[in-house]
Amino acid sequence: MIGACVAFTVYIAVIPLGFLLWQSFRTPQTAATAAVFTLGNYAAAYGSADTWRLFGTSIRFALGASLFAFVLGTTLAWMNERTNTPFKSIFFALSLIPLVIPSILFTVAWILLASPQIGIVNLVMQSWFGLTEAPFDIYSLGGMIWVDGLHYSPMAFLLMSAAFRAMDPSLEESATMSGASILQVAWRVTLRLTWPAIFATILILFVRSIESFEVPALLGLPVGIEVFTSSIYQAVHRYPSQVGLASAYAVALLAITTAGVYFVSRLSSRGSKYATMTGKGFRPRQIDLGRWRWFTAAVFIVYFVLIVVLPFAVLLWSSFQRFYSVPSMEALRNLTLDPYRFIFTYPDLGRTVWNSFVLSFGSATIVMLVTSVICWIVVKTKLPGRWLLDNIASLPMVFPGLVLGLSIMIFYLNVDVGVYGTIWIMFIAYITRFMPYGLRYNTTSMLQIHKELEESAAMSGASWFTAFRRIILPLLKPGLLAGWIYVMIVSIRELSTSILLYSPDTQVVSIVIWQLWENGQYVELSALGVLFITTLFVLVLVARWLGNKYGVKE
Amino acid sequence: MLKIEGLSTEYPNDKGQIIKAAQDVSFTVAEGRLFTLLGPSGCGKTTTLRSIAGLERPRAGEISVNGRVVYSSSTGVFVSPNRRGFGMVFQSYAIWPHMNVFQNAAFPLEVGGRGYSRKKIRENVMRVLSAVQLDHLAEREATKLSGGQQQRLALARALVMEPALLLLDEPLSNLDAKLREKMRFELKRLQRDLRITTVYVTHDQSEALALSHEIAVMNEGRIQQIGSPRDIYERPLNQFVADFVGTSNFIEGTVLRRESTTDGSCDVVRTEIGDVTVSAVQELHPDERVALSVRPEDVELSEARPAGSNVWEGRVEQKVFLGEAVDFRVTVGSRTLLSRRHPTLRTKVGEAIFVQLNPQKCVALKVA
Repeated sequence: MIGACVAFTVYIAVIPLGFLLWQSFRTPQTAATAAVFTLGNYAAAYGSADTWRLFGTSIRFALGASLFAFVLGTTLAWMNERTNTPFKSIFFALSLIPLVIPSILFTVAWILLASPQIGIVNLVMQSWFGLTEAPFDIYSLGGMIWVDGLHYSPMAFLLMSAAFRAMDPSLEESATMSGASILQVAWRVTLRLTWPAIFATILILFVRSIESFEVPALLGLPVGIEVFTSSIYQAVHRYPSQVGLASAYAVALLAITTAGVYFVSRLSSRGSKYATMTGKGFRPRQIDLGRWRWFTAAVFIVYFVLIVVLPFAVLLWSSFQRFYSVPSMEALRNLTLDPYRFIFTYPDLGRTVWNSFVLSFGSATIVMLVTSVICWIVVKTKLPGRWLLDNIASLPMVFPGLVLGLSIMIFYLNVDVGVYGTIWIMFIAYITRFMPYGLRYNTTSMLQIHKELEESAAMSGASWFTAFRRIILPLLKPGLLAGWIYVMIVSIRELSTSILLYSPDTQVVSIVIWQLWENGQYVELSALGVLFITTLFVLVLVARWLGNKYGVKE
Repeated sequence: MLKIEGLSTEYPNDKGQIIKAAQDVSFTVAEGRLFTLLGPSGCGKTTTLRSIAGLERPRAGEISVNGRVVYSSSTGVFVSPNRRGFGMVFQSYAIWPHMNVFQNAAFPLEVGGRGYSRKKIRENVMRVLSAVQLDHLAEREATKLSGGQQQRLALARALVMEPALLLLDEPLSNLDAKLREKMRFELKRLQRDLRITTVYVTHDQSEALALSHEIAVMNEGRIQQIGSPRDIYERPLNQFVADFVGTSNFIEGTVLRRESTTDGSCDVVRTEIGDVTVSAVQELHPDERVALSVRPEDVELSEARPAGSNVWEGRVEQKVFLGEAVDFRVTVGSRTLLSRRHPTLRTKVGEAIFVQLNPQKCVALKVA
């Protein structure tokens, strides 16, 4: 049982990486010639000035998006945790909503809002201020940074909220007593003390941004702004497909994300130096903003409008149109349910939805169960080499979705065990991709289970398996359920890995959205998007309700 | 019954240094006895208990129960904890929060392939629950129990499978002082009634003295002394035992000579407060360095000079009123002695007082 889980983890996590590296040194295999060893891919990838431009663009994009997301998220977190801004408890609940909007729909929504030709915001600004040119161009590096940064800002918000919460407020209070103003306290104490968390957050955001695929593909490619992820996608989809070149790009991207993740883990293990956690129960004192609290409340509202209301509203609007058009009285008269009819009669819609459901349900279940055993080994035993197991299971964390899809594709193309082109290959990919998340959720829960609870089961005569099933798993339930819900949601939204692995029989909802976009079927896409977001939202509500009912403590 | 020979354990700590947790620990516990491992934290008592339980694997030694070897380094035998059939109460009680009282206590009968019928399980569980007075709470959520009730449930769970051996790891340390004393009596009554062989681990000397048939005092991985509570308290073998079990006045000195008196022989020791006559326990030689250990309750005080030997005049330096007793700090020469007296003695601070040490109550310990 334990052995099987370990073997499974190692297989799942290590094999794709090995094949990716191997493939990056091979020439393309064709019917006429077998693949041979070559350094050509690296020469092609890194020999040209284009690659260095690609590298530069990727870094600028990721830096811009992560810093933007960080500044936005941190400001909001500080206002939420440390000030007396009105209605902030509602805001905290609402801040979770953006998590259910898939990146591709968020990007599409912002195209509909801010594209120079059809963007509503642009057209409105033009008619109000009489501008001759569109003020915003979403198809630019700035636009990419705006959309990606906005999309990742809730993550920054959650991470920084946790950091602020972990800080002993008496450190701030003593600064106030020394005569520092609110801004001085924020700048000279709060910010300095949360420095490890700040750096870790920026790194995580950077890694996430550099791996993001939807934004660069939808906004960058049409105007020739290429980053690593979109280049990998193009290299694979060229004819003949240049898997070797894609691998060479992927290795570079992997190197960047690995370095990022490595520094994050170094930081969090050294973080204790700052000792901001005292373990005492305290309620942070809140800073009284006076009249400024209405200003911060306004910031919350504007943010919520930008991240949820506007994107969803524009999708909703366009989903009732026959052809995409800007809101007007005339367009209002032409409201139609046609796009929804189109979606419900879409060929294989039933199978697509079923695929999405089965894949996310199955991978969430397998991921949580396997990682519960892995995390038991890591947390509860003294086995030599258990840290290695932890690292191996976390290894997929460094894989950008697209790179993971590529590695798995290469592996099962070369090792024919009959999964290529079936739903199993996507299942394997999802499990691999989301294993680290499952591990994190389980570890948090596992650390809270006192060692003696399990030992007393052994003393009662229970075998390892019985103790695990009857004691550990039930006690792990909060973490298991929370992780299960999370993995379920992220798998259902998953696009960047699936896009290299799907076949007509195994497409999932997010792939259909992608295809509709490529075909220019915006209104139909909007209809599917509205249904998708609503379903996910209901799913989250049900999950939370279930969670509350069965005792999940957040 | 329980026999432990040459038990040694070591493990690397976080820095990779080798910690010797138990070194050459040997003792036997007779059937129906309560044996206590007493010592400060880190002395190896818990490691020893966990080795008996099978939760830790020692490096060397042999453990057997009723002749059945459960661990032996020489033959490589190691029986896993779930096959040893010992009951154990943990320091945290380890009550499973997702089960109710009945389910907690029934667990040992359900697992391990014992194959009891539902009816039999119900019967046994209710019997053991009523023995610890929890039968009326059988359906209650385990997390809704008070500390004392959780402690009793843990005990019930350990007893339900009628174990050959009961292991208790600081079972009373998480209770508040009043409850702790109450549970001490209950535990003692239960153990004496059931006559179950028990190994008890604690750092609390009064608990050890109150409960045990026999005590092993441990320090730095080694057993310092094994004996009955009275032995340990009145005849400590070394300064560590005298200091750890109860409080003691230590007066250093050198052996002058051995004298024979009517009730046995005694040693005369020259100390900074003068020559002290002590009853001989250990084999001592003239000129040997020793420390005299005298319990505060054995330092007699009186306002008039008493008859007999070992009498000095001192001065009351400080008084601490404790309710049932008063602690006096008395200076004799350059030394301060601690004496615990009944509150009827009302000598004021600064007044002169006479100190007498009963030779029978003075123990001369070799200085290492």
